[in-house]
Amino acid sequence: MSNSIPEIEDADMMLCVGTNMTECHPIIAVRVKKAVRKGAKLYVVDPRKIPLTEYATGHLPLKLGSDVALFNAMAKVIIDEGLADMEYIEERTEGFEELKKHLEPFTAEYGEEISGVPAQLIRECAIAYASAGSAGIYYTLGITEHICGVSNVQSLCNLALITGNLGKRSAGVNPLRGQNNIQGAGDTGALPNNYPGFQSVDDPVCQEKFEKAWGVPMDPHKGITKIAALDHAVDGRIKAMWICGENTLVTDPDVKHTTKALESLDFLVVQDMFLTDTAKLADVVFPAAAFTEVDGFFTNSDRRVQRIRKAANPPGDAMPDWWIIAHVAKRMTNDVHFDYENSEQVFDELASLSPIYAGLSYDRIERGDLAWPVPEMDHPGTPILHEGEFLNGKGKLQLLNYVPPSENPDEEYPFYLTTGRRLPTYHSNTMTGRSGGFRILVPNEWLEIHPADAEKLGLEDGDWSKITSRRGEVITRVAITKTSPRGTVFMSFAFPEEVMTNIVTNPEVDPQTETPEFKVAAVSIVRVEAPTGLGASEALRANPDVEDPHLG
Amino acid sequence: MSTEMKMVIDGAEVSFKEGETVLEVARRQGSFVPTLCYDERLDPYGSCRLCVVEVEGRRLPASSCTLKAEAGMDIRTGSDHIRKMQSTLVEMVLSENPGDECPRCRDIGTCEVHELAEEFEVSRDRFLGAISNASKDDSNPFLLRDYDRCISCYRCVRICDEVEADHAITMTGRGWNKGIATAFDGGLMDSDCTLCGQCIYTCPTGALADKKMVNQGSKPGEIEITRSVCPYCGTGCSINLHSLDGKMIGVTPVLDGPVNEGALCVKGQFGFDFVNSEDRLTRPLIRKNGELTPVSWNEAFDYTAQKLLSVRDDHGPKAFYAIASGRAPGEGSYMLQKFTRAVMNSNQVDNCSRG
Repeated sequence: MSNSIPEIEDADMMLCVGTNMTECHPIIAVRVKKAVRKGAKLYVVDPRKIPLTEYATGHLPLKLGSDVALFNAMAKVIIDEGLADMEYIEERTEGFEELKKHLEPFTAEYGEEISGVPAQLIRECAIAYASAGSAGIYYTLGITEHICGVSNVQSLCNLALITGNLGKRSAGVNPLRGQNNIQGAGDTGALPNNYPGFQSVDDPVCQEKFEKAWGVPMDPHKGITKIAALDHAVDGRIKAMWICGENTLVTDPDVKHTTKALESLDFLVVQDMFLTDTAKLADVVFPAAAFTEVDGFFTNSDRRVQRIRKAANPPGDAMPDWWIIAHVAKRMTNDVHFDYENSEQVFDELASLSPIYAGLSYDRIERGDLAWPVPEMDHPGTPILHEGEFLNGKGKLQLLNYVPPSENPDEEYPFYLTTGRRLPTYHSNTMTGRSGGFRILVPNEWLEIHPADAEKLGLEDGDWSKITSRRGEVITRVAITKTSPRGTVFMSFAFPEEVMTNIVTNPEVDPQTETPEFKVAAVSIVRVEAPTGLGASEALRANPDVEDPHLG
Repeated sequence: MSTEMKMVIDGAEVSFKEGETVLEVARRQGSFVPTLCYDERLDPYGSCRLCVVEVEGRRLPASSCTLKAEAGMDIRTGSDHIRKMQSTLVEMVLSENPGDECPRCRDIGTCEVHELAEEFEVSRDRFLGAISNASKDDSNPFLLRDYDRCISCYRCVRICDEVEADHAITMTGRGWNKGIATAFDGGLMDSDCTLCGQCIYTCPTGALADKKMVNQGSKPGEIEITRSVCPYCGTGCSINLHSLDGKMIGVTPVLDGPVNEGALCVKGQFGFDFVNSEDRLTRPLIRKNGELTPVSWNEAFDYTAQKLLSVRDDHGPKAFYAIASGRAPGEGSYMLQKFTRAVMNSNQVDNCSRG
């Protein structure tokens, strides 16, 4: 996030795009709801009528994957209405004249044609965004999990740049991270192109720094992404993998491909708290301690580095992740330092090598008040990025074009399928599914479908359906709801043991980030008879206290 | 910048900042001012009247939670007269509470009502009142609701509204029939309630309690509280971990957590006990004759090191790939990338952010 979470409350306008915030980031949603109470305008851009729309000034129900067309149209409205912040544009950006020319065909009417959002609503939202004193953009994977994810983000950045909404309080462009420490994982250098602190692996100065720190030569070439690595496993170029705390088999798109990739490996190490579907394929499984059983840190969406602390004992031989990896390393090399007595020593080494963490220590992250960059020990942290100037000089306005999703409904696969989370089921349910009570709240998977579509298919609430894509099929129950628009259905992927949703999702990726297009797949749907022997139904029968609203 | 001003509390001169209430200043100063309807996260409400203080120059005592501090004020918090009033108020609150064992006091720690009863050395005998016998809704998995113990402080209603911005519960009825209910008085599971559980942790009685925390066999005082951060989404809410003999038994919000300011959602509040799950991995495993078999750490380390060395030496550094977790602590992801770069000699490492 360019800005901090508490600031949201004082925004004058909030543009929430592809973020089902009340279900996926409920406590950030609290700030949004409070801002609305204080009089802020809220526009929600999402194909589905998500709960956040109940608080919204306006809801723009765009067609899946039409973001660039919509935001380009908004940018044109802003410029045409004379609402662009010319002083900011002059001082802090480059490429405005080119952008203005590029946007000529992107009228609000064109936006309507591609996105399905009425031109008038596009105008209204654009004017509200550009006229606000401080307007913040908040987005999640609804923006990034597309083949055009990078363009989607850049189209939002254009809006912020032409209105001067980057580098000031209660504004900015703010991706909300989906997992507790996904920011921290990137910060620590678990990326194929960056050392810790986003220092580039192909920069000779950085290479030298790490060669000196670790005492061995560094590979001057970038690695490949995880998505490419699975392809390389299939074709035999990658022989061994070490997967820490990720249920890759379940959470990646196209399960058949992922299974083949992992089964092709000569040697697979999985480090986890549970024997996940991924761990079941491993040659070695390391038992990891839980977050309640170790000292360490998590870095959240607003770049806040926060201390976690040991409160309970790990079961059996389970140990902290860093300890396990360091011990394997020590058996493989004498040249590199891997003798650590505790997690604090690991943190201190990270801080010493990473300029954005240089001013941090366990003492300084006690309360979680500091957002990186924190370059020195007395630095107060940086809750707002890009104040005064951008890191690379001027903010470059991008000329973007609309690219349709890689799959679109046709005769054979007439529906769009989009995926996401539900409030009580987190990701693949490895945590919520094992916590008491959550199975009562959401006992099983279901397909959300609009009443008109259901009628056409002869489906009633609680019926069973088979969902088929070009990659495979799954069977699940049906819930008839107006949350999803006509022609678009929704599923989560929280019940892989019963409904492996990612069998049908789309593995096409954004060419730059290689993030898969989880949010759009073309599917067909047919009614089927209730299958027998499914885990969820058995669980429900075994426990009569569990009421299932979808059993009919 | 707010200017510093001075007032007198219990004979001592104290400084305060503009906007502070007399209650806040008095408590900071160390004076004992009891409250029941007060929660630092909420706007002052002034319904329980327990925080009454004497203000020099005023005829009647005033509730200090709603009284803004003013320069030159002279406040007395603990006169006999004030203490008598407070003691009587506590007795009246107690009279409407059942005399049976309060599950919250028994298992989690003395509730605020019973703490005050001990402080003032009073019981429910003097004004033995009727019990409201309000409904007991027990159909949800997380929140124990026993409105016989409700004292109508409305902290739960206000937390739901002011801190969580949900407004799922409200006050209903008048007089003796007053109560707390969802819209149309249905069960929590059928309402706008998201089961975030924050009403539990503001409730000053046993009317609301955490079903996961009661009946754990703990005794008040044995529970250890450790500050940490929620393991779910990327918001980074501060939580207190409650553990008993090295085992997790519950979570409460950290009231001054910089991101959540005392709010939590259903996952952060109740989704902690996966760490106690029976199917946790407890031993390193190696596949032997097709089966994953428990081994010692030494054997697991030696075997893994030898396998990875042969992959590196036979197929080159790029034949290895590491995926770090976006959920595990950052020290682990740091170590995995260091291992990949400094031992396997490549940049073949990523984390799970791409899907």
